[in-house]
Amino acid sequence: MSKPGEFYQRDRRWHPPALAQDYKTSVTRSPQYALISLENTASEITGPTFGHNDIDPLDHDLLRNFAGEGHSPIGERIIVHGRVLDENARPVPDTLVEIWQANASGRYRHKKDTYLGSLDPNFGGCGRTLTDADGYYFFRTVKPGAYPWRNWVNDWRPAHIHVSVFGSAFAQRLITQMYFEGDPLIATCPIVNTIPDPTAIEQLVAPLDRNATIPLDSIAYKFDIVLRGRRSTLFENRLEGN
Amino acid sequence: MPQKLDYLKETPSQTAGPYVHIGLAPGAAGFDIYARELGWDIAGPNAKGERIRVEGIVIDGTGSPVKDVLLEAWQANADGVYPHPETAGEVEDGFRGWGRVITDFETGEWAFDTIKPGPVMGRDGQMMAPHINLWVVARGINLGLNTRIYFADEEAANAADPVLTLIEWERRRATLIAARSDRDGVPVYRFDIRLQGQDETVFFDI
Repeated sequence: MSKPGEFYQRDRRWHPPALAQDYKTSVTRSPQYALISLENTASEITGPTFGHNDIDPLDHDLLRNFAGEGHSPIGERIIVHGRVLDENARPVPDTLVEIWQANASGRYRHKKDTYLGSLDPNFGGCGRTLTDADGYYFFRTVKPGAYPWRNWVNDWRPAHIHVSVFGSAFAQRLITQMYFEGDPLIATCPIVNTIPDPTAIEQLVAPLDRNATIPLDSIAYKFDIVLRGRRSTLFENRLEGN
Repeated sequence: MPQKLDYLKETPSQTAGPYVHIGLAPGAAGFDIYARELGWDIAGPNAKGERIRVEGIVIDGTGSPVKDVLLEAWQANADGVYPHPETAGEVEDGFRGWGRVITDFETGEWAFDTIKPGPVMGRDGQMMAPHINLWVVARGINLGLNTRIYFADEEAANAADPVLTLIEWERRRATLIAARSDRDGVPVYRFDIRLQGQDETVFFDI
């Protein structure tokens, strides 16, 4: 019979390796032994599910989800939208997408962030939403600022938004970062460059999407996210153990 | 030229960074924004089985605790059933099977409360010993690390577990087995994770 089977093997040459010397923090946090390859079992092909009871309708609107009544955060108003697909180009519906980011001055609302940039009293910096039946999602926010970080003495992170996605299986769990088209800091960022393949890096750069801008209101960037796809084969794959 | 395969490529991973709490546990970052933070209750009030606590610390290659880790747990219920549309069987109302926990900013300690999962049917009809799947992200971790927590008091099941026995180096299997103790009548399992160095935890490519 035909039913979804194992997930395609993760292409670990597409992802960053655990150890990337130029991203100094990875040096002591990277496993040195080879990973043990595990064929999928029920533990990997299942994963948590989320519903509309878990989140609030305003959670995806960073212009409003922390701002005081009648106020909005300072910064370029943007829409970030796209689809969550799998490697077979099928939409991933009803999956939780969570984002977090610095404000327009490059400062995070986090007790461990001590950067000089100001906090914005009307900006929290996190949002979450569920994809619809077509895998579509969107957020409204402000464009984050670049900020310095301690790696080499003069390192600056390009503007970015952190993105966390679940998919339908624990094997699909992914955290990544979205960058903005045209940002000159992308090319020199040691975290971006943990990814060895320039084509893979391009997959993290969201283009300006003029068709999705709201005239006189917000400009838009499009960011499609691809999660691991899975086999669909007529051949017995013995996943169920029979 | 052969025909072109039209698969998409998986979006490459990037580190969760030091401020992962803002997105996934904003209360810990120091502000209150969501009505409900997700992942703090794995088993819910109705779950059958033994109530347990699992705790540990994540240690880097210098032997120091890592204090900005986020861990996610995924487990079956006491009957070995995952709450997922593709599994046969029902779980108790409120059983999510999934939890999210962060390490303490000062000590690096983490802990979560749950129920002890049951054995789960694996491949080829081989039963897997009770285990909790764990996903570990942090600053300096470029792609989330997958591992499994097994339980020291499941000696016979662990010895027959098809995943543990897949690990060629028998002494490394011990890195996946949480020691059990009792604290005020509650069973506590200790699961320290060593990212690198001596006794590096076994991580899986799933």
